[in-house]
Amino acid sequence: MSDAPLIQLQRAQLAYQGCVVLSDINLCVNAGERIALVGRSGSGKSSLLRLVHEQAAQYLAVALVPQDEGLVNALSVYHNVYMGQLAAHPSWYNLLNLLRPFPSRVKEVKHVLSRVKLLEKCFEPSAQLSGGQRQRTAVARALYQGGDLLLADEPVSAVDEQQAQHILTTLSETFPSSIIALHDTELALRYCDRIIGLEAGRIVLDQPSHMLSAAKLSALYDHSSS
Amino acid sequence: MLQGFKHSTRWHVSVWFIASALLCLPFADLGIYSYDPWSELGRLLGGVLQPTMSDWSEVAQATIQTFAFALLGVGIGSVCGFALALVFHWRWVRVLCALLRAVHELFWALILMQIFGLHPLTGLLALAIPYTATFAKVYAEILEEGGAPALATLSPNTTALSAFLYTRLPDLWSHIKTYTAYRMECGLRSSAVLGFVGLPTLGYSLSSAFMQGQYAQVWGLLLLFYLLIATMPYWLKPKFVALSLVIAPFVIDNDQALSMDNVVRFFTQDIIPAPILQGGSFFELWSWLTELWLQQAWPGIINTLLLSQMALVLTGVLSLLLFPLISRYFFKRLGRTAGHVFLVVMRSTPEYILAFILLLLWGPSMLPAVVALALHNAGIIGHLLGRYSNELQLRADVSRGVNTYSYELLPRVYGQFLAFLFYRWEVIFRETAILGILGIATLGFYIDSAIQEVRIDRAMVLILITALLNVVIDSFARWLRRRLQLNSAIEVR
Repeated sequence: MSDAPLIQLQRAQLAYQGCVVLSDINLCVNAGERIALVGRSGSGKSSLLRLVHEQAAQYLAVALVPQDEGLVNALSVYHNVYMGQLAAHPSWYNLLNLLRPFPSRVKEVKHVLSRVKLLEKCFEPSAQLSGGQRQRTAVARALYQGGDLLLADEPVSAVDEQQAQHILTTLSETFPSSIIALHDTELALRYCDRIIGLEAGRIVLDQPSHMLSAAKLSALYDHSSS
Repeated sequence: MLQGFKHSTRWHVSVWFIASALLCLPFADLGIYSYDPWSELGRLLGGVLQPTMSDWSEVAQATIQTFAFALLGVGIGSVCGFALALVFHWRWVRVLCALLRAVHELFWALILMQIFGLHPLTGLLALAIPYTATFAKVYAEILEEGGAPALATLSPNTTALSAFLYTRLPDLWSHIKTYTAYRMECGLRSSAVLGFVGLPTLGYSLSSAFMQGQYAQVWGLLLLFYLLIATMPYWLKPKFVALSLVIAPFVIDNDQALSMDNVVRFFTQDIIPAPILQGGSFFELWSWLTELWLQQAWPGIINTLLLSQMALVLTGVLSLLLFPLISRYFFKRLGRTAGHVFLVVMRSTPEYILAFILLLLWGPSMLPAVVALALHNAGIIGHLLGRYSNELQLRADVSRGVNTYSYELLPRVYGQFLAFLFYRWEVIFRETAILGILGIATLGFYIDSAIQEVRIDRAMVLILITALLNVVIDSFARWLRRRLQLNSAIEVR
């Protein structure tokens, strides 16, 4: 059982409205792997994450950090993070919590918020957050949700280098396995043990991190080389 | 010379509408029949200088009743409407709501009075039924809007209710609140108007003051009503509404008992077409229907269409003339304030009350009805257009006066203007039918007469015809809006 791969995709394809965005995807992810997806914007990273999410959410506990953060603007940071555990409580409980937060849940959420250094924003409306704060809220929601697998789409693109390292460390402590789209190749090499490179909707690179260098990876982003 | 020049579709549609209204003119009775209309108008306007309240406790009582009926009617309507909005994708719910909405609250009151008499249920349901149907439609449209990016992040085990409460409702809540508050204003107007058919609201005091020619009293009541509506943003607060909702049921006046016999008689005898009730043949039923159609429905339909078409076009013309009153491109602050007051008074006065006043002054023809409908609706559309025009940023070297109006503003607001006007079309039609109760020979006149003669079966057929026509006009207006690619703004309705 433990030997079975978490994700198994064979010759997978994805098309939006008749337009093929991913083709010929062969991917096998084992438990414990930390995978970075790299590639230019439009190369299919978000689409691949979506494909994996659709499959994995059926049988795994998956936490998702989408590129657009997926926050509800009219709700506070607290409620947005609490949404990670909606399924753990009955609807009436969630409804009451919406009207007036339960102190025990606030304590839990505050603990998670302190991990992403956002404690002081707990009861701020999320509409008033900066880009970096929004990202950290989305990360906090995923941390509060927990699970077997993390799927994150550029979770640290709007925060500074130091915070990015802190967040990626926190995420790796919480989730046993992860697939993270990252455009920062140095971060990808440092925090992930396997790199998958995408170009024009196809996997063009799939190697362990220790066999790659930042210089070699940057070729994926460079128009002139091929 | 003009090779290649083409008018836009909007231009052609506008020309057709104006032509249709001009075509209506020769067939419509637009005379002034009262003996001395201008001195009566003078006496009415004189009343504004010395508004009085002859009996404070009676007025206070009527105000409280108006408020209680509006609050409960709109409250019940919004809760039931919300529930229906969640299943609005079911076709039968949509059709049912369209039909319920198409019957004016005064017609509902006239029908329900046959069942419950002057019991408060009549007023409550007369408001709650059409408001439920309207709320269902608009809430459903609001709910359709929210894309929910947060939905994708939820665990698949999340219950549908929790997912809805956390990912969709919060961002839409402010729209829902704004729209519900707007309907509360409509509810106050409707509740006041229900007094004209006998419920103990402000309309009752108003109509008796009018009948007795006590214009000072009329103005006292009207000013109180404007005050109530103008101060709404200050008192319509969640806590106050919640408290009032709890108190309201105990405040509503009632000295009537429900009669089960009445209810049973209504459904088993009153609304059954007479020939069926008397065990007549199919042929008798057929001749009953044709007689009803030829003598009442057909002339009623023609008059209602004539009047509503003229009122619609006059509303359009007036709106375009009035919106500069509150536009920052034409008037300074003081002038705009005066414009605002005029438009607020026009849109706060229900068209039924405006028509009632003008009819007393000018006598029974279509003229007072057309003017009343146009003034009220132009007050609404002019206000929306003016507000919209103030949001436009014109370049610094823009021309002045008529040139600004015709080259800068009119082309920019015209699409919005047509959208607003087509939204109001079915409202204008519904009100036109209702004004028949005042004695103008639209469908409402025949419905009211049938009820006076206790021929409820005829009234029901006529109300059904009115409702169906209303649904047809609503669909045509929607088709036109889509055809002209006019954007649909929610705040309009």
